Amino acid sequence: MAIQKATANSRPNAVAMVRPRRNAFATMKIWDLHCHLSGVAGLTPEERLGNLLRYADRVGIERLCIYMGMKWAQDPEPDELQRQNDDVLRAIAKHPDRTFGFVYLSAKHVERSLSELERCVANGPMVGVKLWVAKRCNDPQIDPLITRAAELQAVIFQHTWFKTNGNYEGESTPDDFAAMARRFPKVPMICGHTGGNWELGIRAVKPLKNVWIDLAGSDPTAGMTEMAVRELGADRILYGSDGGGRSFASQLAKVHGAQISDEDKQKIFCDNLRGLMQPILKAKGIKA
Amino acid sequence: MNPIRRRTFLHAAFGTAIAAKSAPPKPAAPAGGITDVNVHLGQWPFRRLPDDEPAKLAARLRKGGVQQAWAGSFDAILHRDLAAANQRLALACQQHGPDLFLPVGTVNPTQPGWQDDLQRCTDQHGMKILRLYPNYHSYTLADAAFAKFLESATAKNLVIQIVAQLEDARTQHPQVQVGPVDFKPLPALLKAIPEHRVMILNANRSMTLTSLAGTKVWVDIAMLEGVAGIENLLTDWPANRIVFGSHAPFFYWESAQLKLQESDLDEAKLRVLRFGNAQALIGLV
Repeated sequence: MAIQKATANSRPNAVAMVRPRRNAFATMKIWDLHCHLSGVAGLTPEERLGNLLRYADRVGIERLCIYMGMKWAQDPEPDELQRQNDDVLRAIAKHPDRTFGFVYLSAKHVERSLSELERCVANGPMVGVKLWVAKRCNDPQIDPLITRAAELQAVIFQHTWFKTNGNYEGESTPDDFAAMARRFPKVPMICGHTGGNWELGIRAVKPLKNVWIDLAGSDPTAGMTEMAVRELGADRILYGSDGGGRSFASQLAKVHGAQISDEDKQKIFCDNLRGLMQPILKAKGIKA
Repeated sequence: MNPIRRRTFLHAAFGTAIAAKSAPPKPAAPAGGITDVNVHLGQWPFRRLPDDEPAKLAARLRKGGVQQAWAGSFDAILHRDLAAANQRLALACQQHGPDLFLPVGTVNPTQPGWQDDLQRCTDQHGMKILRLYPNYHSYTLADAAFAKFLESATAKNLVIQIVAQLEDARTQHPQVQVGPVDFKPLPALLKAIPEHRVMILNANRSMTLTSLAGTKVWVDIAMLEGVAGIENLLTDWPANRIVFGSHAPFFYWESAQLKLQESDLDEAKLRVLRFGNAQALIGLV
């Protein structure tokens, strides 16, 4: 059946009235801390990032931070680390004005990770570091990576979960993360996923003033952002999605739907991350 | 005496006898607004939620453009006296949004006397929709009790909502870990009851691609994840079998709303997703 659209001079019909306002949440400037090239269609890194940006445009996200490649590896060998980072370098080269790259490192392969840091951040376009689940970050073996990343002023992101049904062997908890953060009290770092079980994750990092939390990658359970603002203050909270595996919508709702002020929402959506990135952006001559 | 307080008193004092004489009015059919098929009233057992008071939830839903919300009861997840839970739900809907909340009762077909619960839902509370929690109520869809319930409820022309899951297994309370429902037995059962009206709430993409594939059930979008999730779902799931469900107040309601925006949906698809499919379904009852 053909659908008749309302015109400026016509009385709106029932069908036209059902379209949601495209700009219902358009007043916020949004940067997404946490995106991947997985979970989204495309045969190449460029295609996948192009699709991610197309969907991001629909929901008002201006910039995406991208880490890890086309095919994930939880415990990558050194050559695999390089391949993953190559995918990201290819993708962000096509959209330098919309994206930031984070280099994927592993504390199991310190020497190769340090060389990837030099290649991708010191001598390349990337501005952050992603640490995942190969080795728990309470082990000081990770420290050379943190030290060099801090020298480069790179944004440091460590995945964490407190899984009720058990973490992977090398998967850090927020408690592990807190141990690492205490070893580097002057280095800003991000507690990925807020530990998933956010009521516990928020408590684990609360005393650590060098720690920010990432809202990404868990179900949009109501109350998460309100508790984080209450316990940590809005200045230490960052919006991220974990797309393409996660919906942008479900993760944006954690901020759009939270019962907090618009000023705090803007901090969480962009201003806090932008502030964290400013030193390295400035050093690289990137205006954003 | 305030009339609402008087009604509350009468319900408390005389229970089902009064309820039988005062079945809640049917909410008006939405004309263009959203029908949210997946909300709960009451309190989530493991934390307070920002909108877990009916008035607050009603305000949030109305602000988002919801004109009808199919409301189940959080009490029904773990309470064993489901008759009381259903009665409280019916009363709460009547008190806090008779034009908004459509009460959705719960039956546990493994409990003694479940037929009585079913009858009270339909005859006393005027319910047209029932919600099942097989995983929280410790039965599977392969159990004979479920098949018997499905036959009885379908014979009464009811819409049956089966809740696939309520919470990510990774974030559940360590002493109350409940896995998702296994839908593998469902297709064969539904073939035997072709006139069924079964809706799955909180299904994920893995379920629609495997055990639910090919079944003529409705699914909501509350736990549909992945970028452009609805667009992707539509590649192998018919548009006339998808409904708007938010899982509020457990989830931020805006999640479901924004999913409509994240996918590229034409006017016809938006119309059926937002209210058309749900209203057609309830209209058949």
